Amino acid sequence: MREIALHLMDIAENSVAAESRNIRMDVLEDLQSDLLKVTLEDDGRGMSAETAQRVLDPFYTTRTTRKVGLGIPLLKLATEQTGGGFSLESESGKGTKVEARFSHSHIDRMPLGDVGTTFLTLLVSYPQIHWVFTYQVKDRHGAWNEFILDDDEIKSVLGDTSLTEPEVLRFLRGMIEEGIESLVPQPVL
Amino acid sequence: MPAIKSLEELKRVREEALAKKQLKAAPGQIQVIVAMGTCGIAAGARGTMKSVLNYIEAQNLSGVTVTQTGCIGKCEQEPIMQVIIGDSAKVTYGKVNAEVAAQIMKQHVQNGTPVKDYVLPL
Repeated sequence: MREIALHLMDIAENSVAAESRNIRMDVLEDLQSDLLKVTLEDDGRGMSAETAQRVLDPFYTTRTTRKVGLGIPLLKLATEQTGGGFSLESESGKGTKVEARFSHSHIDRMPLGDVGTTFLTLLVSYPQIHWVFTYQVKDRHGAWNEFILDDDEIKSVLGDTSLTEPEVLRFLRGMIEEGIESLVPQPVL
Repeated sequence: MPAIKSLEELKRVREEALAKKQLKAAPGQIQVIVAMGTCGIAAGARGTMKSVLNYIEAQNLSGVTVTQTGCIGKCEQEPIMQVIIGDSAKVTYGKVNAEVAAQIMKQHVQNGTPVKDYVLPL
């Protein structure tokens, strides 16, 4: 995986496979604390403490159901290479929360990548899921800006019109792109 | 972020989409599925997916459902994409990069002829 945004997409698949109804994905770039943090929280079937421990092992997989593959260990490794950290909390029947923290300025930190495309493709591919996406950027002086996309309003307006109708796609893509572009921190001189 | 203004816009967008759908005779449901397991994503499946969505937008292609699936056990053939048109059998494609995806969208999804070179024998 070359981008953190691709890892996000990958672990979101786990949440979908766990039959989540609500999935929340948060991206935080905090330049003041030199932190890049991504979190994914779902209300899927969750895991026992024992399983939650085992998914960190690259050689553990539930092949028949493909609930978890190599994705989690790869992401964990990517965070550790930057001196960051990784945590996974899960409870059977309640859901799972995954948090990956990177040192923002670390030379080995992979690029965040195309967060907007990750948001858009998840949103339209799994219309049955209630998605909340947030992307927060905090500059060196602590001033922050955020983009929040809660698909509730969108879906209530659309009714049974598909998210992959061309007009709707154009609208969604535009909204996400504009929202994310407006976050770019002003260069500090 | 979606302020009132953009929700208003979305309502208009929805009406446009509905109006167009009523004009067209229903050709039967078209489904495009992109495999997005860890193997698929690492092989570039998000680019494949993006290409499909861009094609729909650029060609104003109505009535196509785009979904994802996990690993289907052919990791070496990723990115994998499947097309189902109406009641006909599912066609599975392998090594579908962004360009191949656009070709499949045009030739198969829009014009009904599978792109034989990339069909996987399953």
